[in-house]
Amino acid sequence: MSSLASSLMVDAQRVHKSFGANEVLKGIDFQVAPGQVVCLLGPSGSGKSTFLRCINHLEKINAGRLYVDGELVGYSQVGDKLYELREKDVAKKRTEIGMVFQHFNLFPHMTALANIVEAPIRVKGEAKAEVHARAHDLLAKVGLADRASAYPRQLSGGQQQRVAIARALAMRPKLMLFDEPTSALDPELVGDVLAVMRDLAQSGMTMIVVTHEIGFAREAADTVVFMDGGVVVESGPPSDVLSNPQHTRTKTFLSQVL
Amino acid sequence: MTSDVTTERGRPDTIRAVPVRHPGRWIAVVVIAVLVAMFVNMLATNKNVGWPTVGHYLFSSIIFRGIRMTIELTVLSMAIGIVLGTIAAVMRLSPNPVVSGVAWVYVWFFRGTPLLVQIIFWFVFATFIPHMSFGVPFGPSFWSKDTNSLVTLFVSALLALSLNEGAYMSEIVRAGILSVDEGQSEAAHALGMTRFQVMRRVVLPQAMRVIVPPTGNEVNSMLKNTSLVSTIGLVELLRSAQIIYNANYKTIPLLIDAMIWYLVMTSILQVGQFYIERHFGRGSTRTTALTPLQKAKKLILSGHHGGL
Repeated sequence: MSSLASSLMVDAQRVHKSFGANEVLKGIDFQVAPGQVVCLLGPSGSGKSTFLRCINHLEKINAGRLYVDGELVGYSQVGDKLYELREKDVAKKRTEIGMVFQHFNLFPHMTALANIVEAPIRVKGEAKAEVHARAHDLLAKVGLADRASAYPRQLSGGQQQRVAIARALAMRPKLMLFDEPTSALDPELVGDVLAVMRDLAQSGMTMIVVTHEIGFAREAADTVVFMDGGVVVESGPPSDVLSNPQHTRTKTFLSQVL
Repeated sequence: MTSDVTTERGRPDTIRAVPVRHPGRWIAVVVIAVLVAMFVNMLATNKNVGWPTVGHYLFSSIIFRGIRMTIELTVLSMAIGIVLGTIAAVMRLSPNPVVSGVAWVYVWFFRGTPLLVQIIFWFVFATFIPHMSFGVPFGPSFWSKDTNSLVTLFVSALLALSLNEGAYMSEIVRAGILSVDEGQSEAAHALGMTRFQVMRRVVLPQAMRVIVPPTGNEVNSMLKNTSLVSTIGLVELLRSAQIIYNANYKTIPLLIDAMIWYLVMTSILQVGQFYIERHFGRGSTRTTALTPLQKAKKLILSGHHGGL
């Protein structure tokens, strides 16, 4: 492993992914340093969400190498040979990566609090009292201190998404993945969720955000990556990519969403 | 000119309209009442029913022994069936083709042959495999026993009912698991849960909402299907009634006794099911269903007039 790879939080090298005959990712090169906030932009079907799901091994890559915090995702390498990781080891690595979904995916049979404490207690085996205290803190942080005992269906979409963010943070991840976190929300609820994400970005969390919120990308991202057709078309600071795009595909896309 | 409907402040009067009348309902009530009265009269005056005999045997000890056996068989067979069914359902959904194939064959066989045939088969199981032993396959055995001493009448009934039930329950549980949104297991996996934890903590609790109503149906069927084991001579409720009417030829009164007890038991089950469904429905709606007691309270307190 190179020393460069180990200093990166995420290091993707020529990553390919196909669903049957349909190749969705066609060689993605992508690096994220610790503490960086990266926004992934691109038209639907460009492979952004698929790539995000590869990072915590919800999808298996077909070719290339993908490292998180210096370790290969889903495999272990001895010499030239790759060994598939056991289910337990894959699960263990996922505990270090938080993920927030477009449709929240809160557990509807559990209260907001129970959603948050479930994994720290059941998966990491942490002490109940400690996790509950942390969960209450997190709920306060996302502005839902008074909704601890509410079931997800009793919450608005924006509130559910904020609980989902708290649920992911309760595992104390070193990397957070956001898969279109505001796309399923009513416009007036988007702001609260973005505010929570902005706070998180300022606290130094490493974040990869698939989003259509250009405004958020402009002010919160260190790097903006534009994907189309399964490849990275261009990337760089938001001031370059968003204000002065080099590729026509980026220009066309931005003119459509802005 | 000021309108009659709006007051000065602009708030319109609350509407007090004459409700729609339903003369059809009243006619139906009368017709049904007459038919019910005729039926009750027939039952009460029919000498063949023999109400004194019905009352005489309704609480007899032999009937009670039969009821106990019926309940034991129902509870045990159902419990084993639910466990078997859940295991088979999870196996069916396994990515391992051998595991899912085994579950498929199990369901195919036990759903594809009649329960009565299975009951008789287990009854004569000893003539099929007279000795059972435990040891190295095709090698020496450490332990061996006569089948007849292991598979007693009760065990053969239990085997038949629970294996058959497991096959049906497997399909019910599988439907329940498939009804849970894929995003749920995805989110659980992303939190680092193992497949077993995802099933146990996230998928199955949500699947219960789909599983419970048909399972209530299954318990109901099971309670009644236990009467089939009367054919192999196990003394449950129906067999108890038969023993009595074989001696005194009061067939109709004793069948009525049996039916009364079956009805009592299935009615109790129905009440139980309501509370179980209410429990697993939590979080699925904004409000929890009211219990009958709460409904009654609400009706009385609000002074709402029910009726036609």
